[in-house]
Amino acid sequence: MSSARTYNSIVLVKQVPDTKNITGDVMKDDGTMNRSALPAVFNPEDLNALEMALRVREQHGGQVTVMTMGPPQAAEVLRESLYRGADQVVLISDRKFAGADTLATSYALTCAVQKQGDYDLIFCGRQAIDGDTAQVGPQTAEKLGIPQITYAETVVDLEGDELVVERALPLGKELVKCMLPCLLTVVSTANQPRPASARKRIEYKLAATPLEYRSLLKKWPEFGTEEALDAYLEARDMKLPVWSAADVGIQDGNIGLAGSPTQVYKVNFVVLETAESKEVSADQEGIAALLEELIQEYIVG
Amino acid sequence: MTNQSNSRDVWVFIEQEEGVIADVSLELLAKAQELAGTLDSQVCGLMCGYQVEDLAETVIHHGADRVLWADHPELEMYRTLPYAKVTTKLVQEQQPYILIFGATAIGRDLAPRVASASRAGLTADCTDLQIGDYTSKKDKRTYNDLLLQIRPAFGGNIIATIINPKMHPQMATVREGVMRRQEPDVTRQGSVEKIEPTFDESDLALRILSRETRESEINLKDSPIIVSGGGGVDSEESFELVRELAHVLGGEVGASRAAVDAGLVSREHQVGQTGTTVRPRLYIAAGISGAVQHRAGMDESAKIIAINTDPNAPIFEIAHYKIVGDLTEVIPMMIRALREKAK
Ligand SMILES: Cc1cc2nc3c(=O)[nH]c(=O)nc-3n(C[C@H](O)[C@H](O)[C@H](O)COP(=O)(O)OP(=O)(O)OC[C@H]3O[C@@H](n4cnc5c(N)ncnc54)[C@H](O)[C@@H]3O)c2cc1C
Repeated sequence: MSSARTYNSIVLVKQVPDTKNITGDVMKDDGTMNRSALPAVFNPEDLNALEMALRVREQHGGQVTVMTMGPPQAAEVLRESLYRGADQVVLISDRKFAGADTLATSYALTCAVQKQGDYDLIFCGRQAIDGDTAQVGPQTAEKLGIPQITYAETVVDLEGDELVVERALPLGKELVKCMLPCLLTVVSTANQPRPASARKRIEYKLAATPLEYRSLLKKWPEFGTEEALDAYLEARDMKLPVWSAADVGIQDGNIGLAGSPTQVYKVNFVVLETAESKEVSADQEGIAALLEELIQEYIVG
Repeated sequence: MTNQSNSRDVWVFIEQEEGVIADVSLELLAKAQELAGTLDSQVCGLMCGYQVEDLAETVIHHGADRVLWADHPELEMYRTLPYAKVTTKLVQEQQPYILIFGATAIGRDLAPRVASASRAGLTADCTDLQIGDYTSKKDKRTYNDLLLQIRPAFGGNIIATIINPKMHPQMATVREGVMRRQEPDVTRQGSVEKIEPTFDESDLALRILSRETRESEINLKDSPIIVSGGGGVDSEESFELVRELAHVLGGEVGASRAAVDAGLVSREHQVGQTGTTVRPRLYIAAGISGAVQHRAGMDESAKIIAINTDPNAPIFEIAHYKIVGDLTEVIPMMIRALREKAK
């Protein structure tokens, strides 16, 4: 038997627009999206990824670090991660990241993971609900040169440098054994993510990144200056780190629009071709007549 | 991949498991043939496996001019690293112009890995692929015959066209059912090249201990009648009504992503851009608003009945029969009427 050891995890998470709650106000008249009107949420399967990492820590020890790449507001998912038990969090944020496609995103995340170093496991959600692409996890694994386990559902065993995982395939299950380090993308059926702890919510109430100081000063004018706020948070260990492109050693050509091979050529509005349609009254007579018609036309029956 | 390749060939990753080619691969071959026709180039099927040579003929009959077949015992069952190594190497050596994958569990695991290694762009879940020209506004340079990767954009009724002007191959994934396969042409001839890859220890860092697969319980794509429930179905009991109506009609149960996310029905039932594309004789949408991603998977249905409490729901604009009402009342009426008729 190999001696027991601990495992460090990095969880990559994303703040996404809540596609479940798109309301009329979100769409502008020209059909584009008013992103600021859209509530932002923790990408659901990223919560499953975080939960899996926390359970590994509970069983084997080690540190759980949560990273997200996004605008200053994305610090919210980092606080949510702290409320659930993450040990450390990092916001990867830079204007230069704007317009990144999945390839440029995975490059930036890879640089951040490498800067962090010292990891055994990387967890991501299977996919983000705003794109459903499921690409960033595998692309990050490729860039790190480590194996990937997509559709991970259960960590069955973790011992020495080997991990046994059950994958939930669309039509079945697969049990795989993999050398560490490796990257897992986690499905929603993996676990029931824990809720935020009330105690930690209070503990981390003040946690903020420097990118948020300006807006925080409006809320807490008593601090007066960003420097004063910074010193206050720093002393209490509530200052959340932000890594810029330069901090993680990114080469300009590889990020943002310039580093994204895909680009949007055009967008078209869908003009719905109104079908020739009949109103059917929602009563037994109307419904019976409709079905009669469908039977006559050999569509039903 | 760095910059333009010389080849204009269209490659399709041919997915096979236990000697059976995935439907979506055959569908993509038909599309690839169309694209290669416009480009005046060739279609190549890239297949990995162990002793699956017999499949090459099927690939040719469905539209390939050439089959590249990597044969190795380690390729018998799909695993990311060996498959990605073979695919990436061939892509780098032969520089195809276009490379498309089915957006299956395998395609979605493999394609991003290959795209990352090749530094190529990859667009997921395209609902159409075309060839077209593009002139950059910045440097006025014109790129002829690019792959136009068309897919719904997030939010609203928008369809985006994505291109990769500079980094090739141009890569995309497409869900099953989006493209239509052709009848096999058994007179078609093509070449088969066998490749014998080698693997080192790091390629085999992951081993499969066991695999259990089951047959799909449903066949949405080929069902003539589909009854789908959406976010307007707010409970298990109400979803039972959807199932019962499908049963009485002899059809299959479909769903929008909202119903799948709510846990009312398994993912296999999802209709739409990131589910299955269907073209049944009759499609009944119950409690489905008609978001563009859903419509992408069902708007070619011959007849559409929509049941929705909101008279302004977009689904009504493509429906042939509009029923403004509560599905928990309307569906039982439909079931009753059908039972009456059956008597
Ligand atoms: C990248 C991406 C990919 C996506 N892929 C897909 C996909 O493949 N398939 C898909 O379906 N969606 C997909 N979506 C999600 C899609 O955008 C919509 O969010 C989803 O289709 C909404 O489902 P819905 O209309 O059933 O639910 P809702 O938007 O919740 O609408 C419910 C409807 O039910 C009606 N209703 C409420 N109560 C009743 C009642 N009692 N009786 C009758 N009607 C009632 C309401 O008026 C409303 O119109 C995707 C989204 C993204 C971003």
